[in-house]
Amino acid sequence: MSLEKSDVEKIAHLARLSLSEDDIPVYAENLSNILQLVEQMDQVNTDDVTPMAHPLDAVQRLRADEVTEANQREKFQSIAPQVENGLYLVPKVIE
Amino acid sequence: MMDKTLAELAQGLKNKEFSSVEVTQAHLDRIKSNDGNYNSFITVCEAEALAQAQAADAVLAKREAPVLCGVPIAHKDIFCTEGVKTTCGSKMLDNFISPYDATVVKNFKQAGVVTLGKTNMDEFAMGSSNETSFYGGVKNPWDVKKVPGGSSGGSAACVAAGLAPAATGTDTGGSIRQPAALCGITGLKPTYGRVSRYGMIAFASSLDQAGPMTRNAEDAALMLNTMAGFDPKDSTSVDREVPDYTADLNNDLSGLKIGLPKEFFGEGLDAQTEKAVQDAIVVYEKMGAKIVDISLPNSKLSVPVYYVVAPAECSSNLSRFDGVRYGHRCENPQDLEDLYKRSRGEGFGSEVKRRIMIGAYALSAGYYDAYYLKAQKLRHLIADDFKHAFSQVDVIMGPTAPSTAFGIGEKSNDPISMYLSDIYTIAVNLAGIPGMSIPAGFSNGMPVGLQIIGNYFEEARLLNVAHRFQQETDWHMRRPQ
Repeated sequence: MSLEKSDVEKIAHLARLSLSEDDIPVYAENLSNILQLVEQMDQVNTDDVTPMAHPLDAVQRLRADEVTEANQREKFQSIAPQVENGLYLVPKVIE
Repeated sequence: MMDKTLAELAQGLKNKEFSSVEVTQAHLDRIKSNDGNYNSFITVCEAEALAQAQAADAVLAKREAPVLCGVPIAHKDIFCTEGVKTTCGSKMLDNFISPYDATVVKNFKQAGVVTLGKTNMDEFAMGSSNETSFYGGVKNPWDVKKVPGGSSGGSAACVAAGLAPAATGTDTGGSIRQPAALCGITGLKPTYGRVSRYGMIAFASSLDQAGPMTRNAEDAALMLNTMAGFDPKDSTSVDREVPDYTADLNNDLSGLKIGLPKEFFGEGLDAQTEKAVQDAIVVYEKMGAKIVDISLPNSKLSVPVYYVVAPAECSSNLSRFDGVRYGHRCENPQDLEDLYKRSRGEGFGSEVKRRIMIGAYALSAGYYDAYYLKAQKLRHLIADDFKHAFSQVDVIMGPTAPSTAFGIGEKSNDPISMYLSDIYTIAVNLAGIPGMSIPAGFSNGMPVGLQIIGNYFEEARLLNVAHRFQQETDWHMRRPQ
């Protein structure tokens, strides 16, 4: 699998990553090489194999629907880039 | 009191040979005078450490204290530490003061253990040389022109250099064992789910596991006694009794069946490294162990499988870094998308971006079956190989890494060659079983690690097998000059 510049731009958009124009060809080459390595997986037929979900076959643990954590909004928001009246601020989304 | 093991320090504190404040100050002084050579710490917690040491001395003076009370250690900077900068080696978290403690950190605090500081690491634990850290690479104390391994490179280097008697690490594909091998120390990756992942910044959630990095197996057992245990805050934590890991250290090894997988001794293994590992096996034979040739036929696919599973999970985990709630935010965002993209573009380094993009690609519409599902199927086959092997043998041994520490810059521009330095460790994470690395000799003056792999929850046996070797050899006592 060889990725083009446009593929990298598309993936970077999906991952919400800005890349510098100069770096894109380097990423295209790196990612193509990694995908080439990954293609070795096709050497083995896995038609009858179940995918591994958890090494110990554990299932999701459930708990009672009870409040266990105290509200620490101010503490958590003290490290936020921008807050106002207890709300996180981002650029305007709705006109 | 420097260069003592954790067990010796704990004993000295109980006997009042020295106080926790004295031990802590001595290590802080050594970090101050020597870490300029290694860059193994990102943050040194001088004031906090001395306050914790004073509190520990008060406990030691009054009553029966926990075993490790007053002993200082270092934490990998992947563990959230309340009130202390927790960076994960990334610019993204350069301004992040954690509002809470990871369960591992909390367990050590409750046991009266002092935190000297936070150790350097590959950015978000993605790397095998510590060169991807935003805070600069770490130098190997055995040769400062060489890497310490990664991603727990700072933890390995600070223990090897005598700046801390022990440190915590995390291992997603070899990140405890490979740096332990390259720096000549002891490192243990426990069974998946044995140690809580709560507050340990997530890389690949189905593979990540925390463990001890120490001077010897006895210290690793003491550390694991404090680290292991069920935690309701980690949904994959295993609810299973924690044994006293020091109890079986001296068990006799006669009749122990050691499996040597042919796949671990093939092409790509440095001859001197192989010689050291073979010599270590002979030591075990002399102790009465039986050698069995085994095969792990699917282990050759562990690197390709890992480079689907780990990036896929990382692309999901690292989506939390969005410039909104904490961490780096770009200047003057035009709109929300610009805020996300530039905050992440500026905050992450190139290896992290590579892995996020591989993961996003592997999980994107139309590719999921070919990549992630295929990889999870192969993962089953890799785990089955181990299951089959453990029906024949008690432990598996081989090299931890294909060579000793490589030069700084030697592999940093070639991701694939870097990835292959974890070729012997990755399968263990994919299967979820425990693995260890212990010092087993030298090649051209650089330490060689012997890897010991066990079945699920067989940490006590691994520690026993490692400890008995350390009674017969002195590789683990060697120190860089």
